[in-house]
This record gives sequence, C-alpha cells and structure tokens, in this order.
Amino acid sequence: MNNKLNWTRKDLLALSELSKEEIELILETASSFKEVSTREIKKVPALRGKTVVNLFYEPSTRTRVSFEIAAKRLSADVINIIADSSSVRKGESLVDTGKNLEALKIDIIVLRHNSSGAAHLLARNVGVSVINAGDGWHEHPTQALLDIFTLKEKFGKIQGLNVTIIGDIAHSRVARSNIWGLTKLKANVCVCAPKELLPQDIEKLGVRATTDIDEALKDADCINVLRMQLERDERSVFPSTLEYFKQYGITQERLKKLKKNILIMHPGPLNRGVEISSEVADGENSLILEQVTNGIAVRMAVLYLVSQAK
Amino acid sequence: MRLIIKEGFIVDPINNFKGNADILIEGGKIKRIDKKIEEKADKVIQAKDKVILPGLIDLHVHLRQPGREDKETIFTGTKASAKGGITTVLAMPNTEPPIDSQENLKLLKEIIKRDAQVEVLPSATITLKREGKKLVDLKSLKEEGVFVFTDDGSSIDDEDLMLQAMLTAKKENVLLFLHCEDKNLSGKGVVNLGVISTRLGLRGIPKEAEYKRIERDLKLAKDTDCPIHITHISCKESVELIAQAKRKGIRVSCDTCPHYFSLTEDDLLDFDTNKKINPPLRTEEDVLVIKQALKEGIIDCITSDHAPHTEHEKEIEFENAEFGTIGLETELSVAITELIETGIIDWQKLAELFCRNPAKILGIDRGSLTLDKEANLVILDPQKYWTVKKEDFLSRSKNSAFLDKTLKGKVEYTIYKGNIIYEEKK
Repeated sequence: MNNKLNWTRKDLLALSELSKEEIELILETASSFKEVSTREIKKVPALRGKTVVNLFYEPSTRTRVSFEIAAKRLSADVINIIADSSSVRKGESLVDTGKNLEALKIDIIVLRHNSSGAAHLLARNVGVSVINAGDGWHEHPTQALLDIFTLKEKFGKIQGLNVTIIGDIAHSRVARSNIWGLTKLKANVCVCAPKELLPQDIEKLGVRATTDIDEALKDADCINVLRMQLERDERSVFPSTLEYFKQYGITQERLKKLKKNILIMHPGPLNRGVEISSEVADGENSLILEQVTNGIAVRMAVLYLVSQAK
Repeated sequence: MRLIIKEGFIVDPINNFKGNADILIEGGKIKRIDKKIEEKADKVIQAKDKVILPGLIDLHVHLRQPGREDKETIFTGTKASAKGGITTVLAMPNTEPPIDSQENLKLLKEIIKRDAQVEVLPSATITLKREGKKLVDLKSLKEEGVFVFTDDGSSIDDEDLMLQAMLTAKKENVLLFLHCEDKNLSGKGVVNLGVISTRLGLRGIPKEAEYKRIERDLKLAKDTDCPIHITHISCKESVELIAQAKRKGIRVSCDTCPHYFSLTEDDLLDFDTNKKINPPLRTEEDVLVIKQALKEGIIDCITSDHAPHTEHEKEIEFENAEFGTIGLETELSVAITELIETGIIDWQKLAELFCRNPAKILGIDRGSLTLDKEANLVILDPQKYWTVKKEDFLSRSKNSAFLDKTLKGKVEYTIYKGNIIYEEKK
C-alpha cells in the first residue's frame, strides 16, 4: 500500500468530489483489506484505540452492520446511535449532536441521514472525520465503491465497461454515486427508468439516459438494479409495482437476450418480484452476495484512509 | 454642523453631473457644490480619489421588526444599511404581525421613529395576513403614508383577487410590488431545477414558477393600466417578458439582486445554505442575461432582498434551512466588482441603478445631490479590496451568500441628513 498518492481528506462525503486517483487508492486499499475477513482471526490493529460512531437517522441494517463489522475488524470501538433512541427526538440539531460526539473524543462519525447534504453540514461543523453512509437522494459513496470494487474484481478493469443502472434514478443516491465513480474511471454508464423517475438533465452528468429498457441493456456488461423505494412519498408517480415489474423488472427471460456473461448487481434490500425476479437474484449471473462481502473491505479501506488523512 | 467634502468624484445622474468637486453641507442640507470651496467648517473630509454617490435606495429589505427581533431589528438593520451606503430602505411588511392595518403600521412607525438610523419607508401587505384571500384597506393605509403594497414572500394565486388589487391600486395611485412565484410549480423545491438539483439530490424549482407568474401579472397590469414593480427577477425568461412588456408600454419596473448577477447554482455544490435563496440561484446563462439587462435598462434597479436569518435557522439540513441572504452591507461592493470592474456598466449607470431609478419608481425626491435638499450621500474608495467576514457584519444575522469573497470598492463614509452615520475604521 505504498502509494504515491497520500490520502488527504478528513471526510468521505461524495464521489463527485474525488479524483480518479483517490478512487483507485480506496479500491487498492480495499483489496489488501479483503483478505482479513478470510483469516481465522479476523482482525487487524489498524484502528486500535479509535472510536467509530455509526450515527443513523434512517433505518438501515446492512450498511450499518457492514460499517460495524468493518470497524471492528480494524479493532476500533464502535458505538451505534439510531435516531429514534437518541436525543434527536428532543429536537437536538445534527450539528449539536455532532459537536457532542466530538466532545466525547470519538474519531469517526459514519452518518446516514434522510436529507441531501447532511454529511456536508456535519463535516464542516466538526473536526472529526465524517463518512457519508447515504444522504437523502444525494450520494452513497461506499455503496458505489463496493459496486465498483466488485466489478473490477470480475472484469479486471472499469474502463470501457458498459454499466446500466436501472430503477428509480431520481431518488437514488446509489445511482448518483455510481455515476460519478464509474464515469471517473471511464466506464460507459447508461441509466434507465420510466420518465417520471429520470431526474432533470441527468445526461449532463455524462451518462446515457433512456426509458427503453431493451435499448439500455443491449450492450450491457453489468446491470445495477436499484431497489424500488416503496416507502417513499413519491411512490405514486409510477402506477404499480406489478406494472413496473412487467416493464422494467429484470427476469431470466430478459437476460436470455443479453450478453451471456452479463453480471447483475443490486444494492439491497431486494424487492423480489418488483425490480428483480428471484431466479435472477439467486442465479449464476448475480453478484449480490459478493457485493455484501466486498462492502466490508471497502468500508475498512475508507475508515482506515480517513483516519490516516494527512 | 458645517461639513466640507473635498475633491471627491461626484456622480449624480439626476442632475446630470459627473466630475470632481467640493461639497458643502450645512443644517443637514447640501449648500454648495463647487470646484473649490475654501470656507470654514467643523469637519473636512478629504475625498481625493474617492467616488461620491447620492445615498443608495434599497427597495427590498426585510428588517424583521416587529416580531423577529432575533433575526434583525430596525436599529441593527439600518446600522447595516449605513455601512452599505444605503440611506433609504423600503421595509417589507411580512413581519409578525404583518403590516396590514393602520394599527400595525402605527406600531412600526413608532419603532422607526425611535430606532432608525436611515430613512425607513414602510410598505404594507396587499392582502390581510398575506394570505392572498382578502385585500387590505389600501385607502386607509395610503392616508397613513404608505404608497407601496406587497405580499412579498408570496404571490396572490387568485387571479380575480389580483385583478381587484390592481384596480384598487390604480385608483388609489399606489404601487404594487410583486414577488412573482407560482407555488404550485415551485412546490417543495429548494434549488434551481436542472443538472445541479439532480446532482445534489435536492428538489428543483423550475423557472416557470417565476416567469409564468410574471406573465400573468403583466397581462393584468396591461388590462388595468396599473403600475407594477416586479422584484428579484432571477432568470432569462423573466427578463425577456419584461423587456417585451416595456416595449408595449405596460407600466412595469423591476429589480434584481446582487446574487442573481454574481452567483450561480454551481455555487451550491458544497450545500452552503447561505446560498439557498428564493428565487433560487440560476445558471451562468441567466447571470449573463441579467447583467446585460442591467446595462440596457430593462432591469431598473438593484435591491438586496436583505433576508436575515439566525444561525439555527440556516446551519441545518439544506431542505429545512430558511431561504435568503443578507445583502445590505455587500450590495454596492458586489455591483462594483461584478458590473463596473468587468466594464459592463460605468459609475453613472451604477448611480442610476441604486439612486435615480429607485427614487423614480417610488416617486420620492431622493437619489440626487441637489442644493438645499437633504444631504444623503456615500463616499467610497473604488480601489479598495476587502474580504467579507462574518464578524464584520453589523446586521444581527450573518447569513451572507458572499462570506469569504473578496470584493472591490468599499464605503468609507455614509452621510444622512448631513450627519456622518457611518465611518470606516482606518
């Protein structure tokens, strides 16, 4: 890991802000941490004596558990704060909560929040490191990093890959982070959704946008299938989950018409029968569980790098 | 007190005067303007290499009092005005309570009389409680001296009521000052709809929310021949509509704010809530069109839309933060930096935008340096660079979209009714 590039960022807030080299450094660092999880004793002392706080204002199991495991495998102490049980309900602001945590001499805050920009808000108000674990519709950088890490493992490189992201692009932070990460590494990105779920001017971010799923998938090396966010207010913009499945659901039948070795990713949790069929989710083209495994290495890398920032 | 200002470069478009001269002020009034004044005085200000403008007039200022003294007061807001070179402000009536009755107006006038450091002209709402449902008694408020009516912050959705408002305003010979926004279109939006709203994952406000409402109000103004003023225009389409209306002879004037000719939506990439403003910061193209419209006189004047908010209303999640930036203490310098330094306009035009035109729109005898009239003027150093710092603001709130920006041109003295009400610390 003796890279020419030194990591200088106290925080990881958005892939839009990172250079290609910084993204590559995270991926390389993740590669070397991946092996730790295969050991008999799954622990390295890199973050011994550091305290990581998972501050989660939105329900999340997998991201929080993944960060917790990553931090523990680096020997950090981990505290979980779930918004419901904290003083959030008493009206404490995010900034105040952050400053209080800082006063408790913790080192890293991993923040999940329902408002876009929340991680930026926190990061500019505290001296400790902030890792964005998803803010509103804005970004979810570690998810995209683990997606890209998984793709790189499978294909050897990202440059020139055709990646199609399909689903609720408008409300997806996973889509945005993937767009930034993939385009910086020179993949060809296509986003596909019903037009109600394609945000304004998305193509200006350097992607192809289409409502035509056949067109979107025809050259794809990988499909990243987004979760239909059934819990959101905006769900009414598309008629029904059944209709969505018929038009945009990824099924075995659809895969037959595509590249034979096409790979399927999904950030989870799955809505089987809405955006993806069970056969595909559990089938041989699916990378879904590998993504979960790789998430640990990527998050270890990010925790490690921000703690070493110079 | 006798005050002489020596050798300043005077710019006064109303009297069509531009050049170096001395000014003698006595008894609050301008007594002489001459090449060389060698009289005795209590104080002499050396203004060589300085620019002297008539005191600025800002038609769009939220002083927040009564009701939100935690954000701003008449005292602090007019202190800030003085620092910015502004000697007349039109106070917006969206206070708590709003200025929608003689009673509330009386309350406001008492505070002004007690605390104001510059001239504060009260405006009143068009509808009761600014609810857009029932017109205020324009006639009785006019009798108490109000000549501008505005529901600023909102627009009247009910077209029939807007028509009634215009008919009444025309009859009473008062000005309607309009914030044009169709909230059915702007909805829960917080930034301009486009690539930036997409990139940031924030809800967008389409330009249509602004210009469709301008289109409606221009049509009503045409039908009623009621004079209207459209405030804080932010986009190309609005400029085009107003240019067209002016060509047709519709009695419309308009203003824009410094942030609409100096900042764009790209400035929001770090989620700085001080740049969360309504209407939202638009695109580079809009900025260029607005600058050109200022030059060509399509846009009549510059206002600050000074909108103070406390830190706990601003330093929160972007979508929950209040809209608005303060502007009294930076507007002149931003205009110098963005419009004069870039060669788009000259000092004469600047004085039209800040002094002559707003006076004309209000129909008040201000905005000039005229013998035997009130001595309201500003002396500024056109070459001085300064950096906008939170701790230097006199406004009670510090929510400036220009924090940490370096600007050119700084007010050194502001003189109101012959008294030095602001003097730059050396």
